[in-house]
Amino acid sequence: MTGLTDLTIAAAREGLKAKRFSATELARAHVAAMERTRALNVFVTETPERALAAAAASDARLAKGEARPLEGIPLAIKDLFCTEGVLTTAGSHILDGFKPPYESTVTAQLWRDGAAMLGKTNMDEFAMGSSTTTSYYRPTINPWARRGDNRPLVPGGSSGGSSAVVAARAALGATGTDTGGSIRQPAAFAGIVGMKPTYGRCSRWGIVAFASSLDQAGPMTRSVRDAAIMLRSMAGHDPRDSTSVDTAVPDYEAALGQGVKGLRVGIPKEYRVDGMSAELDRLWQRGIEWLTAAGAKPVDISLPHTKYALPTYYIIAPAEASSNLARYDGTRFGLRVAGDSLTEMYENTRAEGFGKEVRRRVMIGTYVLSAGYYDAYYIRAQRVRALISRDFTQAFQKVDVILTPTAPSTAFAIGEKADDPIAMYLNDVFTVTVNLAGLPGISVPAGLSADGLPLGLQLIAKAFDEETLFRAAEVVEEAAGFTARPGGY
Amino acid sequence: MALDRTTVAHIARLARIKVKEHELDALAGELGGILAWVEQLQEVNVDGVEPMTGSVTPGMKLKMREDVVDDGGIRDKVLGNAPKSAAGFFAVPKVIE
Repeated sequence: MTGLTDLTIAAAREGLKAKRFSATELARAHVAAMERTRALNVFVTETPERALAAAAASDARLAKGEARPLEGIPLAIKDLFCTEGVLTTAGSHILDGFKPPYESTVTAQLWRDGAAMLGKTNMDEFAMGSSTTTSYYRPTINPWARRGDNRPLVPGGSSGGSSAVVAARAALGATGTDTGGSIRQPAAFAGIVGMKPTYGRCSRWGIVAFASSLDQAGPMTRSVRDAAIMLRSMAGHDPRDSTSVDTAVPDYEAALGQGVKGLRVGIPKEYRVDGMSAELDRLWQRGIEWLTAAGAKPVDISLPHTKYALPTYYIIAPAEASSNLARYDGTRFGLRVAGDSLTEMYENTRAEGFGKEVRRRVMIGTYVLSAGYYDAYYIRAQRVRALISRDFTQAFQKVDVILTPTAPSTAFAIGEKADDPIAMYLNDVFTVTVNLAGLPGISVPAGLSADGLPLGLQLIAKAFDEETLFRAAEVVEEAAGFTARPGGY
Repeated sequence: MALDRTTVAHIARLARIKVKEHELDALAGELGGILAWVEQLQEVNVDGVEPMTGSVTPGMKLKMREDVVDDGGIRDKVLGNAPKSAAGFFAVPKVIE
């Protein structure tokens, strides 16, 4: 029943309730799709037995009329979320064999609400990357290919396994995490919806930490409604994450269908960057027209510190990472490489366990935090971060939501940009500001490039105003009418 | 900002990552390139701007909990992933002769 893997979460929910198919049939269809798409290297670990066991339990509940919000929905989980008893690697060699004795709060809430886990998806090592090529477990391949060109493309990153699995119809939805664009950029590259909630909306407990002041979990789905459905289960205060905010989680789905009449949409002039392709610029223009046609009012705005966001990020994120990744020393979990002394064991373990990009960032972070450089680099970056955040605060006095492109390019070939770290970092030029300011953002598939690859538009809203974000995103989604599908799976 | 081999070796030491002699020059180039690129932050006027230390929305109160032990008694679970453990402890190479 391949039709089952084409459903949205919303449609699957209706189908299950109406008993048109069972949760077990739905899970089996996805397990078969998972096997069919193995060439894409989407999963680090497949857990079909778990998916089928959860489906059986869901069928029992459905029979009793006791369906939970995500009853019987098969999902894929980024391998950054700790899952009890199931290998969790963060895409790194240094977590070899790590089976967490606990479950992350976000995944625990998905299972509480009836979802089923298909497996753990591939990612850039410790979420550091924009291509899923820095994974110890080899790159993931995007199910999309350029017209007339069969070179394998990256699915974006770091949540590239999650974007590829949803695009390839091997999961109804997936979790991602976003530190500088790691949900939204891969969503744009794979033609799906990817949403990063406000910092503090989802608990970070049990998610392998990269940069704690920036990391946030979010849904990756094939529709805006599905993202709203998933977020409601993922979000909420958690006493175990002191930065998770104790504020009510709204019914995001209820915000849909309200349209954007009267909404003020900010268009930041600084996002018109040098070298932006004409087709991306046109798509952005079309996005403005769609929202205007639906009754919104475009407003030109300025976010003057935008150009400093990436260099700010590449001080703050590595600094936090160098501290967070200090725990990987061969003592308590994962890989250990022997040495003659304790220090040598640490050094050997970390030399072998970390890939090149992680090593690079840990070393940059160590340097900017070291004596004599802390004020010049780290404190200065935190001050510039405050200015970036203030740009948004001022803009949101004039507008309700901001529209930008999601990424400066379409998916590139595996190996491209591999030699130049800064060229790779530029992938996040439009998304990273949102993390620095702690705001919610969403990428919606909005069109195809001339060579047949998906392009995304990003919407940004005020902190904790995910409802406006979903409303506007739904209008863009409907106007774009993105129905293209990848061919490569 | 240009980095020399000695500085790179020092950073590697601080980060507890063994770097081989023959890798030092390439790493100096990569890290120096990134540091030269972030140097542009020096041109921003940050006078009187307070450093932003986190992204919790201003005005949002973070909850405090009672200062009590609410977990524990799971030694075997804690040790379960250790590459080496002995007698209920993590085991490491000898530190004191």
